[in-house]
Amino acid sequence: MGSTASTLSKIPDVETLMQETGFTPAHMVRLYDRFKALDKERKGHLCPQDFGAIKELAENPIGDRIVGAFFSQGQETLDFHSFVRILAHFRPVDKDRPRDPNVPEPINSRSNKLKFAFQLYDQDKDGKISRAELLQVLRAMLEMQVTEEQLESIADRTIQEADLDRDEAISFDEFRKSLEKVNIDHKMSIRFLR
Amino acid sequence: MRRRARTMPGPYRYRRSLLSPVVLLSMGYGSDAEIPPKATGRPAVELPQPNPLDDAQAFPNPDKANLPVFTMNYPRIQIPFEITLWVLLASFAKIGFHIYHKITIWVPETCLLISVGLIVGAIMHSVHEEPPAVLTSNVFFLYMLPPIVLDSGYFMPTRPFFENVGTVLWFAIVGTLWNSIGIGISLYGICQIEAFGVQDINLQENLLFSTIISAVDPVAVLTVFEDVSINEQLYIVVFGECLFNDAVTVVLYTLFNHVAELPEVGAVDVFLGVARFFVVGLGGLVFGFLFGFVAAFTTRFTGKVREIEPLFIFMYSYLAYLVAELFAISSIMAIVTCALTMKYYVEENVSQRSCTTIRHVIKMLGTVSETLIFFFLGVVTITTEHEWNWGYILFTLLFAILWRGLGILVLTQIINPFRTIPFNFKDQFGLAYGGLRGAISFALVYTLPETIGRKKLFITATITIIIFTVFIQGISVRPLIELMNVRKTNRKLETINVEIHTRVMEHTVAGIEDLCGQWSHYYWKDKFMKFNNRILRKILIRDNRAESSIVALYKKLELQSAMDILESVSGDISAAPSLISLHEEKKNAQKPKKPKFLASDLRNMHELLSKNMYKIRQRTVEYTKKTSLPNDVQAREILMRRHTSIRRSLRAGSFREPDVDKTYKYFSLPAGQSLHSRFPRKRNSHADDQETMSEINYPPVRSRFGQPHRTPSHAMMPLRRLDTLEEVPSVVNLVDEHPTEGKGRHGVSRLSSSVSDSRIPAARQHYGSSGGHGNRNGEPEDEEQQPLSPPPAWAPEQDQGNGGARNPLLRRPQWNPRKPPNN
Repeated sequence: MGSTASTLSKIPDVETLMQETGFTPAHMVRLYDRFKALDKERKGHLCPQDFGAIKELAENPIGDRIVGAFFSQGQETLDFHSFVRILAHFRPVDKDRPRDPNVPEPINSRSNKLKFAFQLYDQDKDGKISRAELLQVLRAMLEMQVTEEQLESIADRTIQEADLDRDEAISFDEFRKSLEKVNIDHKMSIRFLR
Repeated sequence: MRRRARTMPGPYRYRRSLLSPVVLLSMGYGSDAEIPPKATGRPAVELPQPNPLDDAQAFPNPDKANLPVFTMNYPRIQIPFEITLWVLLASFAKIGFHIYHKITIWVPETCLLISVGLIVGAIMHSVHEEPPAVLTSNVFFLYMLPPIVLDSGYFMPTRPFFENVGTVLWFAIVGTLWNSIGIGISLYGICQIEAFGVQDINLQENLLFSTIISAVDPVAVLTVFEDVSINEQLYIVVFGECLFNDAVTVVLYTLFNHVAELPEVGAVDVFLGVARFFVVGLGGLVFGFLFGFVAAFTTRFTGKVREIEPLFIFMYSYLAYLVAELFAISSIMAIVTCALTMKYYVEENVSQRSCTTIRHVIKMLGTVSETLIFFFLGVVTITTEHEWNWGYILFTLLFAILWRGLGILVLTQIINPFRTIPFNFKDQFGLAYGGLRGAISFALVYTLPETIGRKKLFITATITIIIFTVFIQGISVRPLIELMNVRKTNRKLETINVEIHTRVMEHTVAGIEDLCGQWSHYYWKDKFMKFNNRILRKILIRDNRAESSIVALYKKLELQSAMDILESVSGDISAAPSLISLHEEKKNAQKPKKPKFLASDLRNMHELLSKNMYKIRQRTVEYTKKTSLPNDVQAREILMRRHTSIRRSLRAGSFREPDVDKTYKYFSLPAGQSLHSRFPRKRNSHADDQETMSEINYPPVRSRFGQPHRTPSHAMMPLRRLDTLEEVPSVVNLVDEHPTEGKGRHGVSRLSSSVSDSRIPAARQHYGSSGGHGNRNGEPEDEEQQPLSPPPAWAPEQDQGNGGARNPLLRRPQWNPRKPPNN
């Protein structure tokens, strides 16, 4: 673990990255070390198998979706920039950010966190969570002994609660609305990424 | 004067201990027909006197009466008989608690055990019998404590432990010091007050006493915490603290004991005390490592003597403990370190059965010991002589709680900046409240030298504290934690939406955290892993392979799930990802009706969700439950679920989810590692097809093209999917999906062992892959030409002129190949 400065200099475009994501130099260094550690063959980028080697992720019910969220649009490689950008979603929200409509929202804003979560459901990226997609997630998250009928009724109820425009699917706005009372910052943040 | 080690009441070594059942057993006769006497003050055992009854048995005297047909010789079997009875009684108590479910939720088992012990003690007292002196000396420290500590050490979750090792040591060492000295001095201050009448207790005795009662007890703490869903960080810190404060306690105890005899205490003594602390602590660690490595090394050679493999584990751990006791260094640390060190290597060397045996026996011994200890705590409480002093005892209680709370507060403030996950107030409360005292304090106080005038007072005070902490704190910790966890909003008002989505988010965060790994210790862990792989594993492990952990995990889980499902041949299909559910889902997918939901439905749903949703990795303490073995059910289910859903996702109707397919490619081996060298052949010998197949189903992504594989003849179909998915990458995905698919199905025992068979009915209209390598093609362009059309079908592999080494695997007779329309 070299000194922070020397490691930082190895990362290309580190300044813009830090600006964009809001990570501190110390975090960047750690993330870079982690990236390198995951990249066992020193390819310089990550591929899905590297994520597959993380045991705990395999035991996570939605582990595969999480990994999928990193590799968007059929890509097979993940470079450090994209890695960091996605992880930036999980930084705790900066409470005293000035609400400037001209500046684009930071990656870790509430809305972007919600978008990330929405993506986990919406695998075909059509902007809606269909009943089938919901069922898939439910099935992944519930133990085996839950029957199909029960799953179906839960899915139906979920859609019924959230679906305001009666299209049998949950759009992003409906999703956001249904979670308006939930403290997303708390739920979708990782403390040590602060 | 000779320095006393803490476990000995006087020169015990030279006096045969009456309590040692081994000694008595070896004598053959229990010549004293009473209940085994107490340790204190009894003279050496009398020589066994010939028992007239035995004579009669051995030498029937022809001159006298006739041969006695029925004789009884109780004294002979007395000791083992009574031991067995006590153990049975305590175990019955445990069974009894679980008959009425609700009790164990609110009252921790330790309390119940103590209560039962109290009752039994009262009975014994009323008939003027003395209970066996289990808690008084060697028996406790040499026989009852090691199994418990071994149990705790062996099942300690190593990863969180090492991530928190700094905090653990901090609390253990500094915390115990703080507590001891604080309580001691405060009590001394109290003693000065005339009203309480305890002025004769001087500072040294107070300090000695306070050392004893500041020892947090692992047994009590864990059995209480296991019922409350405490978070992992908290658990590991309290757990570790309990185990490692032994070192400090030993040192302080001997220090203060020694100091008692000196006319004055000089700086040299303090310095020596510190030096002694290092000797004790580090000595414990060193012995533990030593024995751990030797044990691991031994198991390397036990390939031919599988039956006694578990024995080595127990013997070495016990040796570590005893040798540490020999040198009066921290034996608890020794045995815990030994268990931690050897576990990793031993479990790789040893056969599956031995591994199970080891775990079971350790759990069993630990549970029995713990049960007995608390039971006897209750019994002895009634039967010892007490000396009560309101002031002293109440103030002891007060100070114990106060100083612990203060200690935690202060120490947390200091250590929080160094922690990656700082403790918040709730955590601190849990830490402070979780400082229960238990049997260790009790045993220690019994070993106080008789020269201390107020020994009985100390005993009474210790018992009071133990009972108070175990009962009051133990019972109230659950409601308090729940109180603190309650949010402002009423849970019932949460919609199903919120419940599901929040759970998804929690899983996501847990996953990302795993992805990031833990920060600060990564450097050392990495170095250690390199050292481990390069050197240690070569020495200590029999067939050394650098297994990636995920492959090992799969192997293990697959084996277990296969065996489990085989066992439930009664056809409990619902337990397995079954065909039925697949069909049902298809059927139901067409239902367009809009269901109405009653309030009762909603309630049921909420209940269903809360009971059945998988818990987040970090929040569960399942693996560390005191009374049960670590349990992989959740992980297994998740993996099996994946297999089903891969299959499901490849159905005709799900073209719109290409990305789902893609995600399943992650289940292959990390690229570059080859399959063959990985799996120990000998493990195949007692497994059946399933395992072989599961092993084979781990091909890495593309590097296997052209490599011959070791496939059994009955296994995979050389099938190729003739129509493609709409995008190229997913073709490759199937390569990796095969393995996971294959595994998921073989468990359904009705069907034959071949992977492909089980998928026949369901796969008829699917173009899903069946466990084969057949589809691994390096020619995506070939596939692209075939348009995506009506349900493509499987065809046995014809020679399509695509290179690659595809195995001429057999075709299953039942397979019903359909000619694809556009072939």
